[in-house]
Amino acid sequence: MNPEIFEVVVRSFFVSSAAILISSIIAIPLAVYISLKEFKGKKIFLAVINSFLAVPAVAIGLFCYLLFARNGFLGFFHLLYTAKAMIIAQALLAFPIILSLTVSGLQILAKPLRDTLFTLGLSPLQTVFSLLYELRRQVVTAIIMAFSRVIGETGMTLMVGGNIKGETRVMTTTIAMETMKGNFELAITLGIILLSTAIILNIVTQLLLGETHAPAM
Amino acid sequence: MSIILFLFFMCFSPNEATLTIATTTSVEDTGLLEVLLPPFEKHYDIKVKYIAVGTGQALRLARDGNADLIFVHDKEREEDFIKQGYGTHRHEVMQNYFLIVGPEKNVEALEHKPLCDILGSIASNEFLFISRGDESGTHSREKLLWKTCKVLPSGEWYLESGSGMISTLRIANEKQAFALTDTATFLSHRDELQLHSYTEKDSLLLNIYSIIPVNPDKYPHVCIKEAEKFISYILKGEGGTIIKNFGKERYGKPLFQMMWKP
Repeated sequence: MNPEIFEVVVRSFFVSSAAILISSIIAIPLAVYISLKEFKGKKIFLAVINSFLAVPAVAIGLFCYLLFARNGFLGFFHLLYTAKAMIIAQALLAFPIILSLTVSGLQILAKPLRDTLFTLGLSPLQTVFSLLYELRRQVVTAIIMAFSRVIGETGMTLMVGGNIKGETRVMTTTIAMETMKGNFELAITLGIILLSTAIILNIVTQLLLGETHAPAM
Repeated sequence: MSIILFLFFMCFSPNEATLTIATTTSVEDTGLLEVLLPPFEKHYDIKVKYIAVGTGQALRLARDGNADLIFVHDKEREEDFIKQGYGTHRHEVMQNYFLIVGPEKNVEALEHKPLCDILGSIASNEFLFISRGDESGTHSREKLLWKTCKVLPSGEWYLESGSGMISTLRIANEKQAFALTDTATFLSHRDELQLHSYTEKDSLLLNIYSIIPVNPDKYPHVCIKEAEKFISYILKGEGGTIIKNFGKERYGKPLFQMMWKP
């Protein structure tokens, strides 16, 4: 494979995986907590979380751009046009997806399972891990859905990353640029890689979910 | 193919004539097209669509028959374009200079130095330089400058944005790096950029924009009549006056100098 393509593919996977990892570390425990805890206004809270799924990526891009620009609130970190900025923006995009899908997975089973696990005499922490284990399919599905969403994101990634060769150039931004330039060969190669990634991930998701569930999105 | 058919119908649709211009980002980023096109559309009753991309891409669009007229700035490639039969004539319209811009902290060391000394210092000190890297007119001039000055632009310090002029300037601004830009784009966004202009007027930096109609012998569907009207609007009509005065009010001096006397 052309080393330039290889580099771009590796960077794409690295950036999006890092974003998903950060997002998952925060979103999954939060999802477990929300599912297990009964509190006032929980329904509204869940509705708000679900509505975040509708936030357009480009709005997150704008938000991050303004935040990270040199004269922005976090300008002194010099994050704009770096891979770090791309990871943060993608993590923000992934967060509501992982949270919402995990919560909706947990919601169905949390109560009866929790009672069962509790009667087994498990500590709260053990309960949480057993819950996550029982619901691993839903959790993995949430993560994969979020991953395929962020790795295919173009506009937002371009806004905060800048498509700098060797630093922030990823599959989607390269495809956009090479198509504009008229270099369709490179664009098509990357397009096929991106498309296969999305298809494979989706098949894995559906297999994990089994036949009882329709595809999540 | 579908695009060609589409253009074909657009051009000869009975209600409204159209003209598709492929042009360079610097002409759009400055806001020139916004003031240049409406009077033309109104006067000639022609709808203008423009695609603002790098010169390399603009030439490619025209080569594929997807534009009626190009408005670009890369003499060598324009001449090739005509030689290969894709364009009819090259009309030089306006000019300004390219500039090397960079962070203010290097002003003392580099300002007023000859062009090649500046490029040489950037490379030897490994100051960050953001290249367009998009085969645009500015990018091909940048490559020519490195070659002329016998400086090899490669290493950690040399980055390629693969984006338009203003995106590249914004990246240079964020990273406090050097870049080659056309005067017009730089001046029209000067307020938001903490970058200093390092170069003087130098014949190597002369930046000429020209318009070329796409050859109807090559692509019979091109709107050649509309293209000719646009050219006479620029060269003989109101268009020239608009270009000549463009930017005077806002920037104190015009962003482009006309290359002919009306």
